[in-house]
Amino acid sequence: MGMRILPEVTPATASFWRSGADGKLRILKCADCAQFVHPPAPSCPFCMAGKLSPEVVSGRAKVITFTLNHQRWSPLDDAKVPYAIAVVELDEQKDLRLMTNIVGCAPENVRTGMTVRVTFEKADDVYLPMFEPC
Amino acid sequence: MAKSAVIGAGASDIGRRLNRDPMALTLESCTRAIEDAGLKREDIDGVAAYPGNIVAPVGYGGPQISEVQDALRLSLNWSSSGLESTGQLGPLINAALAVQSGICNHVLCYCTTWESTAQGLASKSGVKPVGDRATGQFAFMLPFGAHSPANWTALYAQHYFDEFGTTREELAQIALTARANAGKNPKAVYRDPLTLDGYLAAKMISTPLSLYDCDVPVDGSIAVIVSRADAARKRPALEIESIGCAMRGRPSWVDFDDLSTMAMRDAGKMLWEKSTLKPSDVDVAELYDGFSIFTLFWLEALGFCKKGEAGAFIRDGKRIALDGALPLATGGGQLSAGRLNGYGLLHEACIQLWGDGGERQVKKQPKVGLVASGGGPFAGCLLLQRA
Repeated sequence: MGMRILPEVTPATASFWRSGADGKLRILKCADCAQFVHPPAPSCPFCMAGKLSPEVVSGRAKVITFTLNHQRWSPLDDAKVPYAIAVVELDEQKDLRLMTNIVGCAPENVRTGMTVRVTFEKADDVYLPMFEPC
Repeated sequence: MAKSAVIGAGASDIGRRLNRDPMALTLESCTRAIEDAGLKREDIDGVAAYPGNIVAPVGYGGPQISEVQDALRLSLNWSSSGLESTGQLGPLINAALAVQSGICNHVLCYCTTWESTAQGLASKSGVKPVGDRATGQFAFMLPFGAHSPANWTALYAQHYFDEFGTTREELAQIALTARANAGKNPKAVYRDPLTLDGYLAAKMISTPLSLYDCDVPVDGSIAVIVSRADAARKRPALEIESIGCAMRGRPSWVDFDDLSTMAMRDAGKMLWEKSTLKPSDVDVAELYDGFSIFTLFWLEALGFCKKGEAGAFIRDGKRIALDGALPLATGGGQLSAGRLNGYGLLHEACIQLWGDGGERQVKKQPKVGLVASGGGPFAGCLLLQRA
Protein backbone atom coordinates (compact mmCIF):
# COMPACT_ATOMS: atom_id res chain seq x y z
CA MET A 1 0.00 0.00 0.00
CA GLY A 2 1.08 3.60 -0.50
CA MET A 3 1.95 6.15 2.12
CA ARG A 4 0.59 5.00 5.42
CA ILE A 5 -0.31 7.09 8.43
CA LEU A 6 1.86 5.47 11.06
CA PRO A 7 0.96 4.97 14.72
CA GLU A 8 2.48 7.06 17.47
CA VAL A 9 4.68 4.71 19.49
CA THR A 10 4.33 5.21 23.25
CA PRO A 11 5.94 3.33 26.16
CA ALA A 12 2.66 1.40 26.46
CA THR A 13 2.40 0.46 22.78
CA ALA A 14 6.06 -0.04 21.80
CA SER A 15 6.03 -3.78 22.53
CA PHE A 16 3.12 -4.19 20.10
CA TRP A 17 4.41 -2.03 17.26
CA ARG A 18 8.03 -3.30 17.44
CA SER A 19 7.14 -6.96 18.01
CA GLY A 20 7.36 -7.89 14.34
CA ALA A 21 11.14 -7.32 14.23
CA ASP A 22 11.59 -11.05 14.85
CA GLY A 23 8.49 -12.06 12.87
CA LYS A 24 6.42 -12.75 15.97
CA LEU A 25 3.27 -11.04 17.23
CA ARG A 26 3.12 -10.14 20.90
CA ILE A 27 0.07 -9.11 22.93
CA LEU A 28 0.03 -7.99 26.57
CA LYS A 29 -1.01 -10.76 28.95
CA CYS A 30 -1.96 -10.56 32.62
CA ALA A 31 0.35 -12.49 34.96
CA ASP A 32 -2.52 -13.08 37.42
CA CYS A 33 -5.67 -13.88 35.43
CA ALA A 34 -3.91 -14.93 32.18
CA GLN A 35 -6.19 -12.75 30.01
CA PHE A 36 -4.76 -11.06 26.93
CA VAL A 37 -5.34 -7.30 26.85
CA HIS A 38 -5.45 -5.21 23.68
CA PRO A 39 -5.15 -2.31 22.92
CA PRO A 40 -2.33 -1.98 25.47
CA ALA A 41 -3.45 -0.71 28.89
CA PRO A 42 -1.56 0.23 32.05
CA SER A 43 -3.34 -2.40 34.17
CA CYS A 44 -5.44 -5.49 33.60
CA PRO A 45 -9.09 -4.42 33.05
CA PHE A 46 -10.28 -7.96 33.85
CA CYS A 47 -8.83 -8.41 37.35
CA MET A 48 -7.35 -4.94 38.01
CA ALA A 49 -4.52 -6.72 39.80
CA GLY A 50 -2.03 -8.43 37.57
CA LYS A 51 1.04 -7.08 35.82
CA LEU A 52 0.82 -7.03 32.02
CA SER A 53 3.74 -8.28 29.90
CA PRO A 54 4.12 -8.94 26.17
CA GLU A 55 3.57 -12.59 25.28
CA VAL A 56 4.16 -14.24 21.89
CA VAL A 57 0.92 -15.44 20.30
CA SER A 58 0.37 -17.87 17.43
CA GLY A 59 -0.43 -15.16 14.90
CA ARG A 60 -3.40 -17.18 13.73
CA ALA A 61 -6.75 -15.45 13.48
CA LYS A 62 -10.16 -15.38 11.84
CA VAL A 63 -11.68 -12.56 9.80
CA ILE A 64 -14.80 -11.39 11.65
CA THR A 65 -15.62 -8.58 9.24
CA PHE A 66 -14.01 -6.71 6.36
CA THR A 67 -14.49 -3.95 3.84
CA LEU A 68 -12.92 -3.21 0.47
CA ASN A 69 -11.92 0.44 0.39
CA HIS A 70 -12.35 1.94 -3.09
CA GLN A 71 -11.92 5.60 -2.23
CA ARG A 72 -8.74 7.73 -2.25
CA TRP A 73 -9.13 9.89 0.84
CA SER A 74 -6.32 12.30 -0.01
CA PRO A 75 -4.61 13.43 -3.21
CA LEU A 76 -1.38 12.32 -1.54
CA ASP A 77 -2.69 8.80 -1.11
CA ASP A 78 -1.14 6.59 -3.80
CA ALA A 79 -2.51 3.32 -2.44
CA LYS A 80 -3.74 0.80 -4.99
CA VAL A 81 -7.49 0.48 -4.56
CA PRO A 82 -9.45 -1.47 -3.64
CA TYR A 83 -7.66 -2.82 -0.61
CA ALA A 84 -9.08 -5.00 2.15
CA ILE A 85 -9.46 -3.65 5.67
CA ALA A 86 -10.52 -6.26 8.20
CA VAL A 87 -11.16 -6.88 11.86
CA VAL A 88 -9.65 -10.21 12.89
CA GLU A 89 -10.06 -12.15 16.11
CA LEU A 90 -6.89 -13.82 17.35
CA ASP A 91 -7.18 -17.55 18.05
CA GLU A 92 -5.96 -17.12 21.63
CA GLN A 93 -9.05 -15.44 23.07
CA LYS A 94 -12.64 -14.50 22.22
CA ASP A 95 -13.00 -10.82 21.28
CA LEU A 96 -9.22 -10.29 21.13
CA ARG A 97 -9.34 -8.18 17.98
CA LEU A 98 -7.07 -6.25 15.64
CA MET A 99 -7.92 -3.98 12.75
CA THR A 100 -5.61 -4.89 9.89
CA ASN A 101 -5.24 -5.38 6.15
CA ILE A 102 -5.69 -8.74 4.44
CA VAL A 103 -2.79 -9.24 2.03
CA GLY A 104 -1.52 -12.12 -0.08
CA CYS A 105 -4.79 -12.62 -1.94
CA ALA A 106 -7.02 -10.62 -4.26
CA PRO A 107 -9.16 -8.26 -2.14
CA GLU A 108 -12.27 -9.64 -3.87
CA ASN A 109 -11.51 -13.06 -2.36
CA VAL A 110 -11.62 -11.92 1.27
CA ARG A 111 -14.55 -13.39 3.19
CA THR A 112 -15.86 -13.27 6.73
CA GLY A 113 -14.77 -16.41 8.56
CA MET A 114 -11.49 -16.82 6.60
CA THR A 115 -8.59 -18.15 8.64
CA VAL A 116 -5.50 -16.00 8.37
CA ARG A 117 -2.00 -15.68 9.82
CA VAL A 118 0.15 -12.71 10.67
CA THR A 119 2.78 -11.21 8.40
CA PHE A 120 4.52 -7.91 9.02
CA GLU A 121 5.09 -4.80 6.95
CA LYS A 122 7.98 -2.69 8.20
CA ALA A 123 7.32 1.04 7.94
CA ASP A 124 9.85 3.45 9.42
CA ASP A 125 10.23 2.34 13.06
CA VAL A 126 7.17 0.08 13.32
CA TYR A 127 6.14 -3.37 12.12
CA LEU A 128 2.48 -3.31 11.08
CA PRO A 129 0.76 -6.66 11.64
CA MET A 130 -1.03 -7.68 8.43
CA PHE A 131 -2.76 -10.98 7.82
CA GLU A 132 -2.73 -13.39 4.87
CA PRO A 133 -4.82 -16.46 4.09
CA CYS A 134 -3.53 -19.75 5.52
CA MET B 1 -41.42 20.45 38.05
CA ALA B 2 -42.12 21.20 34.39
CA LYS B 3 -40.07 19.18 31.93
CA SER B 4 -37.40 20.82 29.83
CA ALA B 5 -38.51 21.55 26.29
CA VAL B 6 -37.49 22.99 22.97
CA ILE B 7 -39.36 26.30 22.67
CA GLY B 8 -37.79 27.77 19.53
CA ALA B 9 -35.54 26.83 16.63
CA GLY B 10 -33.59 28.54 13.87
CA ALA B 11 -31.51 27.59 10.87
CA SER B 12 -28.94 29.62 8.94
CA ASP B 13 -28.50 29.38 5.22
CA ILE B 14 -27.39 25.82 4.51
CA GLY B 15 -25.52 24.74 1.42
CA ARG B 16 -22.42 23.55 -0.35
CA ARG B 17 -19.44 25.94 -0.26
CA LEU B 18 -21.29 29.02 0.89
CA ASN B 19 -17.94 30.75 1.55
CA ARG B 20 -19.43 32.36 4.62
CA ASP B 21 -17.75 32.86 7.96
CA PRO B 22 -18.83 30.18 10.48
CA MET B 23 -19.53 32.89 13.06
CA ALA B 24 -21.89 34.64 10.64
CA LEU B 25 -23.75 31.39 10.09
CA THR B 26 -23.91 30.83 13.85
CA LEU B 27 -25.28 34.28 14.63
CA GLU B 28 -27.89 33.81 11.91
CA SER B 29 -29.22 30.57 13.42
CA CYS B 30 -28.95 31.83 17.01
CA THR B 31 -30.79 35.11 16.47
CA ARG B 32 -33.50 33.29 14.51
CA ALA B 33 -33.93 30.73 17.30
CA ILE B 34 -34.14 33.42 19.98
CA GLU B 35 -36.74 35.31 17.93
CA ASP B 36 -38.63 32.09 17.13
CA ALA B 37 -38.93 31.39 20.85
CA GLY B 38 -40.26 34.88 21.49
CA LEU B 39 -37.23 35.74 23.61
CA LYS B 40 -34.68 38.52 23.67
CA ARG B 41 -30.99 37.84 23.97
CA GLU B 42 -31.06 39.18 27.54
CA ASP B 43 -33.22 36.14 28.38
CA ILE B 44 -30.49 33.66 27.40
CA ASP B 45 -28.52 32.53 30.45
CA GLY B 46 -26.92 29.35 29.16
CA VAL B 47 -25.19 28.20 25.97
CA ALA B 48 -24.46 24.67 24.80
CA ALA B 49 -22.61 23.85 21.58
CA TYR B 50 -21.70 20.82 19.55
CA PRO B 51 -18.84 20.56 19.18
CA GLY B 52 -17.55 24.11 19.73
CA ASN B 53 -14.13 25.02 18.47
CA ILE B 54 -12.10 21.87 18.83
CA VAL B 55 -9.15 20.10 17.27
CA ALA B 56 -10.95 18.13 14.58
CA PRO B 57 -11.05 17.77 10.82
CA VAL B 58 -11.00 21.26 9.37
CA GLY B 59 -14.44 22.87 9.35
CA TYR B 60 -16.06 20.26 11.61
CA GLY B 61 -16.35 22.66 14.52
CA GLY B 62 -17.94 26.09 14.61
CA PRO B 63 -17.07 29.04 16.82
CA GLN B 64 -16.35 28.51 20.48
CA ILE B 65 -18.95 29.48 23.05
CA SER B 66 -16.99 32.47 24.35
CA GLU B 67 -16.98 33.98 20.85
CA VAL B 68 -20.74 33.54 20.51
CA GLN B 69 -21.30 34.85 24.01
CA ASP B 70 -19.32 37.97 23.21
CA ALA B 71 -20.86 38.51 19.77
CA LEU B 72 -24.35 38.44 21.28
CA ARG B 73 -23.19 40.13 24.54
CA LEU B 74 -24.87 37.33 26.51
CA SER B 75 -24.83 37.16 30.28
CA LEU B 76 -24.47 33.48 31.20
CA ASN B 77 -24.91 31.25 34.20
CA TRP B 78 -23.64 28.15 32.43
CA SER B 79 -22.13 26.77 29.25
CA SER B 80 -21.03 23.42 27.87
CA SER B 81 -19.56 22.12 24.63
CA GLY B 82 -17.30 19.46 23.25
CA LEU B 83 -16.97 16.03 21.75
CA GLU B 84 -16.62 14.03 24.95
CA SER B 85 -20.31 13.60 25.43
CA THR B 86 -23.14 11.22 24.60
CA GLY B 87 -23.19 11.63 20.85
CA GLN B 88 -23.70 14.87 18.98
CA LEU B 89 -26.85 15.60 20.99
CA GLY B 90 -24.80 15.43 24.21
CA PRO B 91 -24.50 19.20 24.71
CA LEU B 92 -28.26 19.56 24.14
CA ILE B 93 -28.92 16.78 26.66
CA ASN B 94 -26.65 18.65 29.08
CA ALA B 95 -28.70 21.78 28.42
CA ALA B 96 -31.92 19.93 29.29
CA LEU B 97 -30.32 18.79 32.54
CA ALA B 98 -29.09 22.31 33.31
CA VAL B 99 -32.63 23.64 32.88
CA GLN B 100 -34.05 20.83 35.02
CA SER B 101 -31.51 21.56 37.75
CA GLY B 102 -32.61 25.19 37.83
CA ILE B 103 -29.25 26.77 37.10
CA CYS B 104 -30.52 28.15 33.76
CA ASN B 105 -33.83 29.34 32.36
CA HIS B 106 -33.12 29.55 28.65
CA VAL B 107 -30.22 27.71 27.01
CA LEU B 108 -29.17 28.58 23.48
CA CYS B 109 -27.90 25.38 21.81
CA TYR B 110 -26.09 25.59 18.50
CA CYS B 111 -24.25 23.36 16.09
CA THR B 112 -22.27 24.95 13.28
CA THR B 113 -20.28 23.26 10.57
CA TRP B 114 -18.41 24.72 7.59
CA GLU B 115 -16.73 21.55 6.34
CA SER B 116 -17.76 22.17 2.76
CA THR B 117 -16.02 25.53 2.46
CA ALA B 118 -13.12 24.50 4.69
CA GLN B 119 -12.41 21.38 2.62
CA GLY B 120 -12.49 23.49 -0.53
CA LEU B 121 -10.00 25.94 0.96
CA ALA B 122 -7.72 23.10 2.03
CA SER B 123 -8.20 21.30 -1.32
CA LYS B 124 -8.34 17.97 0.43
CA SER B 125 -10.42 15.90 2.78
CA GLY B 126 -10.03 15.93 6.52
CA VAL B 127 -7.45 13.15 6.42
CA LYS B 128 -4.45 13.73 8.67
CA PRO B 129 -1.42 15.17 6.89
CA VAL B 130 1.24 12.63 5.97
CA GLY B 131 3.95 12.69 8.60
CA ASP B 132 1.55 13.14 11.51
CA ARG B 133 1.23 10.03 13.62
CA ALA B 134 -2.10 8.55 14.65
CA THR B 135 -2.80 8.54 18.39
CA GLY B 136 -5.19 6.90 20.84
CA GLN B 137 -7.60 4.35 19.36
CA PHE B 138 -6.89 5.78 15.89
CA ALA B 139 -3.30 4.48 16.14
CA PHE B 140 -4.82 1.03 15.73
CA MET B 141 -7.03 1.98 12.77
CA LEU B 142 -5.47 4.60 10.49
CA PRO B 143 -2.23 2.70 9.69
CA PHE B 144 -4.35 0.17 7.82
CA GLY B 145 -5.78 2.70 5.40
CA ALA B 146 -9.00 2.97 7.40
CA HIS B 147 -8.88 6.74 7.02
CA SER B 148 -12.56 7.52 7.15
CA PRO B 149 -15.58 6.82 9.32
CA ALA B 150 -16.94 5.35 6.07
CA ASN B 151 -14.43 2.50 6.45
CA TRP B 152 -15.12 1.96 10.14
CA THR B 153 -18.86 1.97 9.51
CA ALA B 154 -18.54 -0.32 6.48
CA LEU B 155 -16.99 -2.98 8.74
CA TYR B 156 -20.21 -2.96 10.80
CA ALA B 157 -22.41 -2.91 7.71
CA GLN B 158 -20.66 -5.96 6.25
CA HIS B 159 -20.89 -7.79 9.58
CA TYR B 160 -24.62 -7.03 9.71
CA PHE B 161 -25.13 -8.06 6.06
CA ASP B 162 -23.24 -11.33 6.71
CA GLU B 163 -25.24 -12.07 9.85
CA PHE B 164 -28.72 -11.26 8.57
CA GLY B 165 -28.57 -11.46 4.78
CA THR B 166 -29.53 -7.81 4.31
CA THR B 167 -29.03 -6.55 0.76
CA ARG B 168 -27.93 -3.30 -0.86
CA GLU B 169 -31.38 -3.11 -2.47
CA GLU B 170 -32.93 -3.00 1.01
CA LEU B 171 -30.40 -0.53 2.38
CA ALA B 172 -31.07 1.69 -0.65
CA GLN B 173 -34.50 2.60 0.75
CA ILE B 174 -32.86 4.89 3.31
CA ALA B 175 -31.16 6.98 0.62
CA LEU B 176 -34.17 6.86 -1.71
CA THR B 177 -36.59 7.94 1.03
CA ALA B 178 -34.32 10.80 2.09
CA ARG B 179 -33.99 12.00 -1.50
CA ALA B 180 -37.72 11.80 -2.17
CA ASN B 181 -38.37 13.97 0.91
CA ALA B 182 -35.55 16.36 0.01
CA GLY B 183 -37.37 17.02 -3.25
CA LYS B 184 -40.12 18.63 -1.17
CA ASN B 185 -37.71 20.64 1.01
CA PRO B 186 -36.52 23.84 -0.68
CA LYS B 187 -33.55 24.03 1.73
CA ALA B 188 -32.18 20.53 1.01
CA VAL B 189 -28.90 20.44 -0.92
CA TYR B 190 -29.63 17.42 -3.17
CA ARG B 191 -33.15 17.43 -4.57
CA ASP B 192 -32.90 15.66 -7.95
CA PRO B 193 -34.80 12.36 -8.04
CA LEU B 194 -32.77 9.26 -7.24
CA THR B 195 -33.78 5.80 -8.48
CA LEU B 196 -32.79 2.37 -7.25
CA ASP B 197 -30.79 1.85 -10.45
CA GLY B 198 -29.02 5.16 -9.87
CA TYR B 199 -28.23 4.14 -6.30
CA LEU B 200 -26.86 0.74 -7.32
CA ALA B 201 -24.75 2.22 -10.13
CA ALA B 202 -23.07 4.82 -7.91
CA LYS B 203 -19.39 4.71 -7.08
CA MET B 204 -18.46 2.24 -4.37
CA ILE B 205 -16.80 3.93 -1.39
CA SER B 206 -16.11 1.10 1.06
CA THR B 207 -18.05 -2.12 0.53
CA PRO B 208 -20.97 -2.46 1.03
CA LEU B 209 -21.40 1.34 1.31
CA SER B 210 -21.55 3.36 -1.90
CA LEU B 211 -21.76 7.08 -2.60
CA TYR B 212 -25.42 7.53 -1.68
CA ASP B 213 -24.95 5.74 1.64
CA CYS B 214 -22.70 8.58 2.80
CA ASP B 215 -23.89 12.02 3.88
CA VAL B 216 -22.59 15.21 2.36
CA PRO B 217 -20.53 17.96 4.02
CA VAL B 218 -22.23 21.34 4.01
CA ASP B 219 -21.95 24.73 5.62
CA GLY B 220 -24.68 25.66 8.02
CA SER B 221 -25.77 26.28 11.57
CA ILE B 222 -28.76 25.14 13.61
CA ALA B 223 -29.84 26.60 16.93
CA VAL B 224 -32.60 25.70 19.35
CA ILE B 225 -33.69 27.13 22.69
CA VAL B 226 -34.07 24.70 25.60
CA SER B 227 -36.15 25.97 28.51
CA ARG B 228 -38.76 24.70 30.96
CA ALA B 229 -41.92 23.67 29.12
CA ASP B 230 -43.94 26.27 31.06
CA ALA B 231 -41.63 29.01 29.78
CA ALA B 232 -42.71 28.56 26.15
CA ARG B 233 -44.00 31.80 24.59
CA LYS B 234 -44.57 31.89 20.83
CA ARG B 235 -44.32 28.20 20.03
CA PRO B 236 -45.98 25.21 21.69
CA ALA B 237 -43.37 23.61 23.95
CA LEU B 238 -41.81 20.42 22.61
CA GLU B 239 -41.28 18.59 25.87
CA ILE B 240 -38.22 16.43 26.19
CA GLU B 241 -40.21 13.43 27.32
CA SER B 242 -37.24 11.08 27.55
CA ILE B 243 -33.50 10.96 26.95
CA GLY B 244 -31.41 7.96 25.90
CA CYS B 245 -27.67 8.29 26.26
CA ALA B 246 -26.41 5.02 27.77
CA MET B 247 -23.10 3.46 26.70
CA ARG B 248 -22.93 0.04 28.25
CA GLY B 249 -20.46 -1.65 25.87
CA ARG B 250 -16.79 -0.86 25.23
CA PRO B 251 -16.53 2.64 23.71
CA SER B 252 -14.51 1.55 20.69
CA TRP B 253 -15.06 1.06 16.97
CA VAL B 254 -13.02 -2.16 17.01
CA ASP B 255 -13.86 -3.62 20.40
CA PHE B 256 -17.62 -3.03 20.81
CA ASP B 257 -19.11 -6.42 21.74
CA ASP B 258 -21.58 -6.70 18.82
CA LEU B 259 -20.47 -5.55 15.36
CA SER B 260 -24.07 -5.77 14.07
CA THR B 261 -25.16 -2.79 16.15
CA MET B 262 -23.48 0.14 17.84
CA ALA B 263 -23.76 2.35 20.89
CA MET B 264 -27.32 3.22 19.88
CA ARG B 265 -28.31 -0.23 21.15
CA ASP B 266 -27.84 1.06 24.71
CA ALA B 267 -29.11 4.61 24.17
CA GLY B 268 -32.26 3.31 22.47
CA LYS B 269 -32.97 0.87 25.29
CA MET B 270 -32.56 3.59 27.90
CA LEU B 271 -34.94 5.93 26.07
CA TRP B 272 -37.88 3.57 26.62
CA GLU B 273 -36.77 2.60 30.13
CA LYS B 274 -37.27 6.26 31.07
CA SER B 275 -40.59 6.84 29.28
CA THR B 276 -44.23 5.89 29.55
CA LEU B 277 -44.48 6.11 25.75
CA LYS B 278 -43.69 3.24 23.41
CA PRO B 279 -42.40 2.94 19.84
CA SER B 280 -45.93 2.82 18.38
CA ASP B 281 -46.57 6.30 19.83
CA VAL B 282 -43.93 7.88 17.58
CA ASP B 283 -45.42 9.93 14.73
CA VAL B 284 -42.20 11.05 13.05
CA ALA B 285 -38.62 9.83 13.47
CA GLU B 286 -35.51 11.74 12.50
CA LEU B 287 -32.87 9.03 12.83
CA TYR B 288 -29.22 9.75 12.20
CA ASP B 289 -28.09 8.91 8.68
CA GLY B 290 -24.49 10.05 8.55
CA PHE B 291 -24.26 6.66 6.89
CA SER B 292 -27.44 4.88 5.79
CA ILE B 293 -26.67 1.77 7.85
CA PHE B 294 -26.87 3.85 11.05
CA THR B 295 -30.59 4.32 10.40
CA LEU B 296 -31.14 0.55 10.24
CA PHE B 297 -29.26 0.15 13.51
CA TRP B 298 -31.33 2.94 15.12
CA LEU B 299 -34.61 1.37 13.93
CA GLU B 300 -33.64 -1.84 15.71
CA ALA B 301 -32.11 -0.15 18.76
CA LEU B 302 -35.31 1.85 19.28
CA GLY B 303 -37.51 -1.23 19.01
CA PHE B 304 -39.34 -0.28 15.81
CA CYS B 305 -38.42 -3.75 14.57
CA LYS B 306 -36.47 -6.73 15.85
CA LYS B 307 -32.72 -7.17 15.53
CA GLY B 308 -31.84 -8.19 12.00
CA GLU B 309 -35.24 -7.24 10.56
CA ALA B 310 -34.65 -3.61 9.58
CA GLY B 311 -33.99 -4.58 5.95
CA ALA B 312 -37.41 -6.22 5.71
CA PHE B 313 -38.99 -3.38 7.69
CA ILE B 314 -37.96 -0.77 5.10
CA ARG B 315 -37.93 -3.07 2.06
CA ASP B 316 -40.39 -1.32 -0.24
CA GLY B 317 -39.97 2.09 1.39
CA LYS B 318 -43.71 2.54 1.98
CA ARG B 319 -43.63 2.27 5.77
CA ILE B 320 -40.96 4.99 6.13
CA ALA B 321 -42.32 7.37 3.46
CA LEU B 322 -43.96 10.70 4.34
CA ASP B 323 -47.39 9.04 4.26
CA GLY B 324 -46.22 5.82 5.90
CA ALA B 325 -46.67 4.57 9.46
CA LEU B 326 -43.22 5.80 10.50
CA PRO B 327 -42.00 8.71 8.36
CA LEU B 328 -38.19 9.02 8.43
CA ALA B 329 -35.83 11.79 7.34
CA THR B 330 -38.75 14.01 6.38
CA GLY B 331 -36.51 16.91 5.36
CA GLY B 332 -34.05 14.76 3.42
CA GLY B 333 -31.86 13.63 6.30
CA GLN B 334 -28.13 14.20 6.24
CA LEU B 335 -27.88 12.13 3.07
CA SER B 336 -29.75 14.71 0.98
CA ALA B 337 -30.09 17.80 3.18
CA GLY B 338 -26.52 17.89 4.48
CA ARG B 339 -24.27 16.89 7.36
CA LEU B 340 -25.40 19.09 10.23
CA ASN B 341 -24.20 16.61 12.82
CA GLY B 342 -27.66 15.56 13.95
CA TYR B 343 -28.96 19.09 14.54
CA GLY B 344 -30.55 19.33 11.10
CA LEU B 345 -32.58 16.26 12.07
CA LEU B 346 -33.48 17.87 15.39
CA HIS B 347 -34.57 21.04 13.59
CA GLU B 348 -36.70 19.03 11.18
CA ALA B 349 -38.42 17.21 14.06
CA CYS B 350 -39.33 20.60 15.55
CA ILE B 351 -40.66 21.85 12.19
CA GLN B 352 -42.82 18.73 11.83
CA LEU B 353 -44.16 18.92 15.39
CA TRP B 354 -45.03 22.59 14.89
CA GLY B 355 -46.76 21.77 11.58
CA ASP B 356 -44.49 24.02 9.51
CA GLY B 357 -43.25 21.43 7.04
CA GLY B 358 -45.06 22.86 4.00
CA GLU B 359 -45.07 20.41 1.11
CA ARG B 360 -43.19 17.83 3.21
CA GLN B 361 -45.40 18.15 6.30
CA VAL B 362 -46.58 14.80 7.63
CA LYS B 363 -50.32 15.05 7.05
CA LYS B 364 -51.65 13.61 10.28
CA GLN B 365 -50.23 16.30 12.58
CA PRO B 366 -47.41 14.61 14.54
CA LYS B 367 -47.48 14.89 18.34
CA VAL B 368 -44.49 12.72 19.23
CA GLY B 369 -41.14 12.99 17.46
CA LEU B 370 -38.01 10.95 17.95
CA VAL B 371 -34.58 12.42 17.30
CA ALA B 372 -31.55 10.14 17.36
CA SER B 373 -27.97 10.96 16.59
CA GLY B 374 -24.70 9.09 16.51
CA GLY B 375 -22.89 6.11 15.12
CA GLY B 376 -20.04 3.90 16.27
CA PRO B 377 -19.32 4.52 19.95
CA PHE B 378 -21.45 7.68 20.07
CA ALA B 379 -25.22 7.76 20.57
CA GLY B 380 -27.92 9.92 22.06
CA CYS B 381 -31.64 10.23 21.46
CA LEU B 382 -34.63 12.29 22.54
CA LEU B 383 -38.38 11.90 22.54
CA LEU B 384 -40.09 15.20 21.87
CA GLN B 385 -43.77 15.55 22.72
CA ARG B 386 -45.82 18.55 21.67
CA ALA B 387 -47.53 20.02 24.71
